[in-house]
Amino acid sequence: MHTRVNLAGVELKNPVMTASGTFGSGAEYGEYVDLNRLGAVVTKGVANVPWEGNPTPRVAEVTGGMLNAIGLQNPGIDVFCRRDIPFLRQFDTKIIVNVCGKTESDYLEVVERLADEPVDLLEINISCPNVKEGGIAFGQDPRAVEHITALVKKKARQPVIMKLSPNVTDIGEMARAAEAGGADILSLINTLTGMKIDIHRRAFVLANKTGGMSGPAIKPIALRMVYQAAQAVRIPIIGMGGIVTAEDAIEFILAGASAVSIGTANFMYPDAAVRVIEGIEAYMEKYGVEDIGELVGAVR
Amino acid sequence: MKRQIEAEILSQRRLAPEIYDMRIEGGEAAKDARPGQFVTLYCEDGARILPRPISICEREGTRFRLVYRIAGAGTREFASYGAGKKLRMMGPLGNGFPLLNKRAILIGGGIGIPPMLELMKELPGEKTAVLGYRDRELFLRDEFAAYGPVATATEDGSAGVRGNVLDAIREQGVEGEVIYACGPTPMLRAVKEYALEKGLLCYLSLEERMACGIGACLACVCRSKETDEHTGVHNKRVCKDGPVFEAREVEL
Repeated sequence: MHTRVNLAGVELKNPVMTASGTFGSGAEYGEYVDLNRLGAVVTKGVANVPWEGNPTPRVAEVTGGMLNAIGLQNPGIDVFCRRDIPFLRQFDTKIIVNVCGKTESDYLEVVERLADEPVDLLEINISCPNVKEGGIAFGQDPRAVEHITALVKKKARQPVIMKLSPNVTDIGEMARAAEAGGADILSLINTLTGMKIDIHRRAFVLANKTGGMSGPAIKPIALRMVYQAAQAVRIPIIGMGGIVTAEDAIEFILAGASAVSIGTANFMYPDAAVRVIEGIEAYMEKYGVEDIGELVGAVR
Repeated sequence: MKRQIEAEILSQRRLAPEIYDMRIEGGEAAKDARPGQFVTLYCEDGARILPRPISICEREGTRFRLVYRIAGAGTREFASYGAGKKLRMMGPLGNGFPLLNKRAILIGGGIGIPPMLELMKELPGEKTAVLGYRDRELFLRDEFAAYGPVATATEDGSAGVRGNVLDAIREQGVEGEVIYACGPTPMLRAVKEYALEKGLLCYLSLEERMACGIGACLACVCRSKETDEHTGVHNKRVCKDGPVFEAREVEL
């Protein structure tokens, strides 16, 4: 029995990774979970220069989930290359760098900067709902998706994952646009735009007014979108959105995801990703699944 | 490796309206707890996914005493539990107060009072507590008195000095070389101003909405005066770099 998966030529020991923004660059969670167990660590989004992020409050709990409007605070690519990549290199796990930007040239600068760095995959964030420029602006129009994908692909040395937004009418169309632009892999979903109001103060709870919703409550939507995207393209998909347990992860795999990311669940259980890996192994054992690939897209 | 534990509630009682006093078994990690640190408790109700940060009021061996206010459905759930109930918990988290051998003024406002009790116990030098309450529900006040003088302020004037903690300090002539404070942001802002004016060293314990509680998600940041070494920007993480900051480090 084996759980190895191959994503655009990169072999992961198992299909479980951490979702960008929920796990920093692994240093903090490394005190609670053995990073060597993970298929990959997906880092918090990094831009060409440091970003201060949004004012606080940046998070709010909602029923079965949460809203966040961090605003992609990050220390910039220089600090990232100097500190975070060497940290992650100490562990037997793949490194996936999430790249964010306000303009096309911001994205390309980061991608070029990473060309000679020992990282395995790039995930291009064209779907953050919490920044005014860039982010989701590149991810809601199929022509823009195809265009930015093609630009990134021209510069990237590592295989490219395009991270898609669920805040669109037709996810299949966006998936096809990214594939047409040359994407090697897709990841979805990013957060769903949401809002919370404090009725006693008669004010928005988040300083940013809106935020991205994540957590177990969004899982059915994410699963539906992963299924639709898997029907639309031939390239592998990393599925995420509300995964807490191995059962959740297996649903995504059966719907067509080759790998899965654990996001908000890290805040609930710091070792959530390892629990999911162990649960997937137990499931495979129980049903006599030899190769996890047998499960990918098995439910049509 | 650190971990999330199943912590057993040893006892729970109501101290004042909406204020509860929980004793909980913290395990081995509790032995290293310092005053000013906090734990996070998780709800059993799956609709509430995020941990609730609660300051450590006292620590005895491996046991924590947590005194908290009901601020919403999560803390209301905690308040409904009695001895024997187990809750998922992480901690101690955060940095805590530095224990300086100087004449100290410990200022607590409202639900910022509980973490000052363990500090009052552990500070080696001469110390005075200044506690600000809304009204005559003077929870924990008598326990502070066991370790040194206590000045009290109430907003409605029903006990001690009418007004806020700074009114009590001025009226009662409280003096010291270092201030430690925890309470609402407007209070902390005023305390910081007072400390700067008097040229006193000052440590403030801040509060902000948290998600992970361990420094990864960057939800609970505060504005820092200098570029922070970790974040690379003018933000420090309240949960990891704090919750205690030297007053001049942060902008309130």
